[in-house]
Amino acid sequence: MHPQDHGHDHDHGHDHPHAEISQAGQPGYYEIMETAMRELLVERRLFGADEIRRQIEVLDSRTPALGAKVVARAWVDPAFKARLLANGRAACEELGISFYDDTGLIVLENTDEVHNLVVCTLCSCYPRPVLGLPPDWYKLKPYRARAVVEPRAVLAEFGTVIPDEVEIRVSDSTAMVRYLVLPKRPAGTDDYSEEQLAGLVTRDTMIGVVPASIPAGRADP
Amino acid sequence: MPSDPQQAIAIVTAFGERPIFGPGDPVRILTRSPVGHYRVPIYLRGKTGTVEAVIEPAGVDNEEEAYGRNAGAKRHYYRIAIPMTEIWPDYVGSARDGLRIEVFESWLERI
Repeated sequence: MHPQDHGHDHDHGHDHPHAEISQAGQPGYYEIMETAMRELLVERRLFGADEIRRQIEVLDSRTPALGAKVVARAWVDPAFKARLLANGRAACEELGISFYDDTGLIVLENTDEVHNLVVCTLCSCYPRPVLGLPPDWYKLKPYRARAVVEPRAVLAEFGTVIPDEVEIRVSDSTAMVRYLVLPKRPAGTDDYSEEQLAGLVTRDTMIGVVPASIPAGRADP
Repeated sequence: MPSDPQQAIAIVTAFGERPIFGPGDPVRILTRSPVGHYRVPIYLRGKTGTVEAVIEPAGVDNEEEAYGRNAGAKRHYYRIAIPMTEIWPDYVGSARDGLRIEVFESWLERI
């Protein structure tokens, strides 16, 4: 093989490009704006790069497992449930879940009469301190627009058919308050431990798009 | 001396300190179109509903604050209940289905 014929059956220095881990495409308008704003704020010493990194750590530490813990506790402890419905934030703080921002938390109880659904039509307000980052569909316009226009149709697409006699309440979170749905405890879980109950509480149950249930094939804990 | 300590102290509250609406009050969300990013969705402007709860604690007007203006004194947010049929005349579902949203005091009028 001729040295200029660049196949890969020879030893060679890496002076030619290989596929590397890199950002695909040009950054978008808002991405550039965010970077510029962040760099300006750091440059002006309004906050430091370490504070940004720390806040990312804070967000990364929040997952739906925290919300599941709250729900399971409410299912087994009526006094805690009463405090949770009266003041969601204070009750979560009892369990060691801190709120790193100024948002309040209203916990919405699903019952045989009422089914709650949470949306943020304006952007992506979400109970991040207890659930972490929202799923992509929650941030996209089809969900945000349709959840308040045709909630029953949206729920049906998640496989959740709500009987007409059950009232649907859609909470549109916009400013200071975030919402967490307290799903109904599934039937047949009387002998479940609190930890086993928490295992039934998924992210989507706490947004209100599906009920909590015992997964098929896991009926015996 | 009165036995109830609450009655022993006559306090005067500042303007705006007490919520001006209470649970059950019928209200209309104002129809305004200020320039910028406001937290009252357009689909609810001009709609009527009922105050379900006063949200505590009071806060500054975050819309003004967002633009770096003096956000002024603290006011309350209210959790407003609006029937879906009030928002969408051709709504498909139960007549009892409803929307809930928190609205700042300056966006509400008594009806």
